Amino acid sequence: MSAIVSVKNLRKAYAGGFEALKSVNLDIEEGEILALLGPNGAGKTTLISTVCGITVPTSGTITVGGHDTQTDFRAARSLIGLVPQEINLEPFETVMNSVSFSRGLFGKPRNDAYIEDVLRQLSLHDKKDDKIMTLSGGMKRRVLIAKALSHEPRVLFLDEPTAGVDVELRKDMWEVVAGLKASGVTIILTTHYIEEAEAIADRVGVINKGEILLIQDKADLMAQMGQKQLKIELAEATSAIPAELSRYELWRADDGLSLTYSYDTKGERTGITTLLNDLQKAGLQMKDIQTQQSSLEDIFVGLVKEPAQ
Amino acid sequence: MNFNAVWTIYVFEMRRFFRTITQSLISPVLSTSLYFVVFGAAIGSRIQEVEGVSYGAFIVPGLIMLSVMTQATSNASFGIYFPKFIGTIYELLSAPISFLEVVAGYVGAAATKALFIGVIILITAFFFVDIEIKHPVAMVLFLVLTCVSFSLLGFIIGIWADNFEKLQLIPLLVITPLVFLGGSFYSITMLPPVWQTITLFNPVVYLISGFRWSFFGEADVAIGVSLFAIALFTGICLAIIWWIFRTGWRIRQ
Repeated sequence: MSAIVSVKNLRKAYAGGFEALKSVNLDIEEGEILALLGPNGAGKTTLISTVCGITVPTSGTITVGGHDTQTDFRAARSLIGLVPQEINLEPFETVMNSVSFSRGLFGKPRNDAYIEDVLRQLSLHDKKDDKIMTLSGGMKRRVLIAKALSHEPRVLFLDEPTAGVDVELRKDMWEVVAGLKASGVTIILTTHYIEEAEAIADRVGVINKGEILLIQDKADLMAQMGQKQLKIELAEATSAIPAELSRYELWRADDGLSLTYSYDTKGERTGITTLLNDLQKAGLQMKDIQTQQSSLEDIFVGLVKEPAQ
Repeated sequence: MNFNAVWTIYVFEMRRFFRTITQSLISPVLSTSLYFVVFGAAIGSRIQEVEGVSYGAFIVPGLIMLSVMTQATSNASFGIYFPKFIGTIYELLSAPISFLEVVAGYVGAAATKALFIGVIILITAFFFVDIEIKHPVAMVLFLVLTCVSFSLLGFIIGIWADNFEKLQLIPLLVITPLVFLGGSFYSITMLPPVWQTITLFNPVVYLISGFRWSFFGEADVAIGVSLFAIALFTGICLAIIWWIFRTGWRIRQ
């Protein structure tokens, strides 16, 4: 696979001096779904806007399909479809006209058959002659997607497609995204719902304060999340880990009142039963047992939380 | 050049015009008819001929200019302001089109609408007064140039405005007074000498004078000066738009 979108040393500072992006580097592979996670104001929308041409970068380069978005903007933008975060639609137009307008802007000749296919795919076909103002919020969001797909883009940016959308519709949206991926479209979506990234992404990026903090295969992240900790609280403090237990990877708390054991839930044997037996043999008395699991949320919160003052 | 995009914007804008055809056409026709009734019949019957033309006929070019200038400005400013206001401007900015293509689409549509209204008013005028057009080619040229240049001005206003009040500000406070004081309803030779000189600083004088010349062969200022004035005005508008295009002022951060 090769990178269809390549962002190098991208920096964006606004006139007021606010630095929305600080030297972002990002390669997006063709055909993948990349989820960009980040809190509000992290720079997700600025990053998307800069790639799509709405915002001018302060420095750095962006190429889409090998075309520079500044010097060869026509070729670069032709490949991109953008679904904005806000529902920005001409209220008095019909769905069909609005979507055809988007196609025309991208220089493509009118093709009603293709547009109708897109509308069918998004369950909008029976609304094609309705005015946009008569549609529900969820339908309007689908119209935005239809507009972004109207010119047959190879890369689709979805800026928080499910913000403020009910659970049912969110699931529908995920199905739509999966369908688009199956048709070969590369998808970049921003979200602040962790479960959304878990549900549909191939790779997950975490962005905060204009910096990409982590970008990793979801599978690897999930493997990390498969780790669990067993915390054993002892009735009496132990000064050291007894020799009988040396074959276990145990971590002793400073006060000696607890031992922590890490294990893989996906492994064939967790080793918990033998550990507990060996604890007894070593003469340690247990007061309580707790298990903890690290989640994507822990990783995320750990990455973006403010450093302690 | 993305001709498809220019055409798409043009058609989209014209569709808005035809969707609101009643407001778009009936109101200028109605207001023109009122001007004819009030100025032409009621007041005009007490005014002698102006420059050898009946007063009713004399005001026709000025009335057309009044409507064309205000319509071109308001159509073009609203055309580009509305996408900014409702947020659909993102599409224009992320599409593979240059700013000049955006201008061509919006200004082309606004100028067409204004031209349409100008022609309708001319037709309406035929029902009230006898008019003869001495220089039809020059008449069309002046009309088209006015439509285009004031649409360019409107486009600039639409980019500049960040609320509806500002959108109305220039048409209301600048264009309407300049048109009224620019000799729409009188010949500037009817003014005292001091005011004649002051009036020459009003650019609209040159447009109305040139346009009136194409009807009656009589003008307040030389026809060449009129043509130069409208060319200069168009040039200034184009230069400002070029600057907006270079800097992304008020559109691209």
